[in-house]
Amino acid sequence: MAPTDTTAEAPYEFHVFEDAHAHDHAEEHAEEHAHETGTMLGFWLYLMSDCLLFGILFAVHAVLGQNYAAGPSPADLFEIEKIALATAFLLLSSITYGFAAINMQQNNARAMSLWLIVTLGFGLGFLYLEYLEFAHLWHLGATPMASAFLSSFWILVGTHGLHVTAGSIWLVVLLIQVQMHGLTHENKRRIMCLSLFWHFLDLIWIGVFSFVYLAGVLL
Amino acid sequence: MSVETDNHDSHAHGSYRSYVIGFVLSVILTAIPFYVVMAEVEISLLWAMAIIFGLGAIQILVHVHYFLHVSIGAEDGWQFMSLLFTAIVLVIILAGSIWVMFHLHENMMPAHDTIERVRELQ
Repeated sequence: MAPTDTTAEAPYEFHVFEDAHAHDHAEEHAEEHAHETGTMLGFWLYLMSDCLLFGILFAVHAVLGQNYAAGPSPADLFEIEKIALATAFLLLSSITYGFAAINMQQNNARAMSLWLIVTLGFGLGFLYLEYLEFAHLWHLGATPMASAFLSSFWILVGTHGLHVTAGSIWLVVLLIQVQMHGLTHENKRRIMCLSLFWHFLDLIWIGVFSFVYLAGVLL
Repeated sequence: MSVETDNHDSHAHGSYRSYVIGFVLSVILTAIPFYVVMAEVEISLLWAMAIIFGLGAIQILVHVHYFLHVSIGAEDGWQFMSLLFTAIVLVIILAGSIWVMFHLHENMMPAHDTIERVRELQ
C-alpha cells in the first residue's frame, strides 16, 4: 500500500496518505479513489455554499417576483417553448457528461473526449438560447432597471448562466489538458469535480424553470 | 486495474444503466409540468402549482441520486451531512423570507385600502 520511498519513515506515513498529491510519486496507486476524499469533499462543500447562494437568490425572487411596477409580467415576456428547448439541452448535456465519466473510469480517453465535446455543444446551445432570450428582453425594454421582478429575474437567471459559462470554459480547458497530458490522475480528479459542478447546475436549473418560468407564467 | 476496482468505480460513479434511468425519470418529471403550462390544461391554479413544485422537488432528488451519486456512506458521511445541513438552511431562508415578507406586504396596504379602513373605524 505505502509508496516505497516513505516506508522507512513510518511516522510520516499518515501525512503522505492524507496528501492528495502523494500519488504524484506513486503512479501505480493512481486508481485508489479513497485517497481523493480531500479534494472531492472540498469541492462538494463549495457546491453546497453555491447552493446557498442560489437559495438566497430564489428567496429574493420569491419576495420580489410579483412586483411588476406597472411593467411587463412573466406571462407577457416568457416564451415557454424556448425554455423547454433550453431545459432539454441542459438535461441532455447532463447525461452525455455521465457517459464521459463512465468512459473516463474505463480509461477510454478518446470516447471520453468525444462525449465531453457533445456535452460542451449542448452547454453552448443552452447559453446561446439564454443569450437570445436576454437580448430579446433587453430589446423589449424589460431590463433589470424596469421593475423589482425583472431585477431579481436577471440576477437569478444571469447567475446561473454565468455558472454555465464558467463550466463551459472549464470544460474546454480540461479537454486541452487531456489532449496534452492524457488521462492522468490529476486530470481524472478535475473531470470528476467538473462532473459534480455540471450536474449541480442542471439541478439548479430545475428550480429556475419550475419556479421562475412555469410558476411565473401561471401567477 | 483489477476487476474488483472496476466494480467499485462503477458503483461510485454510476453506470450507463443508472444514468439512463435518471435521464428518463428526469424527462418525464420535466415534461409533465411543461405540458400542464403549455397546453393550458384545465385545472385549478393550486393543482398546477402542486404539480410544478411537487415534480420539481422529486426531480431534484432524482438528480441527487442518479447524477450526483450522493450516498449516506460516502466521505464517511460528510457528503450527506453537508447536504442535509444545506437543505435545512435553505428551508429556513426560503420559508422564513416568504413568510415574513408576505405578512409585511399585507400590512403595507395600498393607500385607498387604508383610507377605507380608517373610515370604517369612524
